[in-house]
Amino acid sequence: MSREKTIQVTVNRVAYEKTVSVRRSLADFIREDLHQTGTHLGCEHGVCGACTVSMNGRSIRSCLTLAVQADGAEITTIEGLREEDGTLHPIQEAFHQNFALQCGYCTPGFLITAIEFLKENPDPTERQVREALSGNLCRCTGYQAIVDAVMSAAGTEMPDRA
Amino acid sequence: MVRPSGQLSPQATPGRMASRRRQAGCKLKPPWFDYHAPESLEAALELLDNAGYDGRVLAGGQSLMPMLNMRIVNPSVLVDINRIEGLDTLEAGPDQLRVGALVRHADLLRDPAIREGWPLLAEATTQVAHPTIRNRGTVCGSVSHNDPAAEHPGILVTHGGSVVIASTKGQRKVPAEAFFDGMMSTTLDPGEMVIELRYPRPPRGAGHGFVEFARRLGDFAIAGAAVLLTVENGVCETARLTIIGMGDGPLRARAAEELMAGSALTQQNSGEIFTAAAQDVMAALDPADDVHASASYRRHLAGVMTQRALEAALARVGDQ
Ligand SMILES: Cc1cc2nc3c(=O)[nH]c(=O)nc-3n(C[C@H](O)[C@H](O)[C@H](O)COP(=O)(O)OP(=O)(O)OC[C@H]3O[C@@H](n4cnc5c(N)ncnc54)[C@H](O)[C@@H]3O)c2cc1C
Ligand code: FES
Ligand code: FES
Repeated sequence: MSREKTIQVTVNRVAYEKTVSVRRSLADFIREDLHQTGTHLGCEHGVCGACTVSMNGRSIRSCLTLAVQADGAEITTIEGLREEDGTLHPIQEAFHQNFALQCGYCTPGFLITAIEFLKENPDPTERQVREALSGNLCRCTGYQAIVDAVMSAAGTEMPDRA
Repeated sequence: MVRPSGQLSPQATPGRMASRRRQAGCKLKPPWFDYHAPESLEAALELLDNAGYDGRVLAGGQSLMPMLNMRIVNPSVLVDINRIEGLDTLEAGPDQLRVGALVRHADLLRDPAIREGWPLLAEATTQVAHPTIRNRGTVCGSVSHNDPAAEHPGILVTHGGSVVIASTKGQRKVPAEAFFDGMMSTTLDPGEMVIELRYPRPPRGAGHGFVEFARRLGDFAIAGAAVLLTVENGVCETARLTIIGMGDGPLRARAAEELMAGSALTQQNSGEIFTAAAQDVMAALDPADDVHASASYRRHLAGVMTQRALEAALARVGDQ
């Protein structure tokens, strides 16, 4: 049947094989089938950015991607950012140091977006940072601390985890 | 009928729809469909042909998935083209640029040959959504979707480009202006898909301008203008001007184009000519009121965008 499909997908360095409904979103697959609830859902139509994850090294909206489309892909979510010994990713450290989160709902999406951006733009201007983050909404911080955090992480080496 | 993603009526907010779904104990957002991910174009065309009106191409999903999640559309067959080899052609040739069906907005932005040869396209693409959306969304998808506020349909028209369409019956090539057919509608027939866009190389020394107004960075434009201009010895040779965000799709401002072509155009007299062009544009438009802007505000914006895009284009004439 073309309404269910068995997929193989690697999420945060662990390989899974699961049978999913073809209309299951990647976000729901990650949250409800894999029980990794760090990926958040705000709007489910691409506007808020909370569900942003990394697929094969590129940031994507997991609410706008079907789980079956991730067959064969490598996914990194917020849960995969820190090292196995618990050391935070430099961008997590920068958010921590700069008080760049309050409720934290938007944070997973901001982190994944910022990592991709800083890999391609190691020496950005503040304007570029704001542009890069324009697709992520935060209702708490007023953004300034988030921009500060990304600016402060610029230039640090980004581990290859997302 | 179909509303652009991110622009929803108060009656159909995703929040309300989600709460209705939760009440119904349903954790899947889109309606049922049969999903196919063919690995060849032939197989995809076969599937689309069999599905007829009930089939839809799934490209980047950045417009289709929101519409499915909100159940604005209800196709019974989805043909995911992402696994088809050879649809990602991005080729800047001496005469034209070819953009295949799997070329993402982000691919255009990464290609220096496009910034150099088709700077209007490159500049407009920076205004399409946000980086993460641009990683997935395709240029052909945007053109096929024909949201009136989208950039790509208007840019293709400004270049005088064309759309290459395939079906099990063969291929046909349609000029951009004949492809767009009203609000979110095109002349694609059931069973057909877009496989490539072609953008002729702008004339040597052409100046380009693209200006849009959106409430927030990356939002769909409330109004925008795209311009390609050539000037030889102080006389405007060709002028192409397209307005977006205003009517049912990209609008070529023919009266303004005709006003400018053949007239003397220098930094000194440009103010006067561009004001007249903007007035022609405003007179030709008949926008509607909606939640984002009133009709008169939209018309006013179109005039301002026109003037700014023309000024930007004139300043760049001969730059290449
Ligand atoms: C938050 C957000 C902001 C956005 N902002 C903007 C913006 O500012 N400007 C803008 O222009 N767009 C914007 N978009 C839309 C985005 O550009 C989409 O990428 C684009 O409209 C559709 O491309 P797609 O590849 O994702 O198509 P899909 O979503 O996969 O498909 C869209 C429609 O086109 C059809 N289709 C797709 N490809 C083909 C093909 N090859 N042949 C025939 N039919 C096809 C599909 O069947 C469907 O009906 C935004 C989207 C989001 C989620
Ligand atoms: S939940 Fe995916 S963008 Fe908001
Ligand atoms: S920290 Fe609460 S939404 Fe951003």
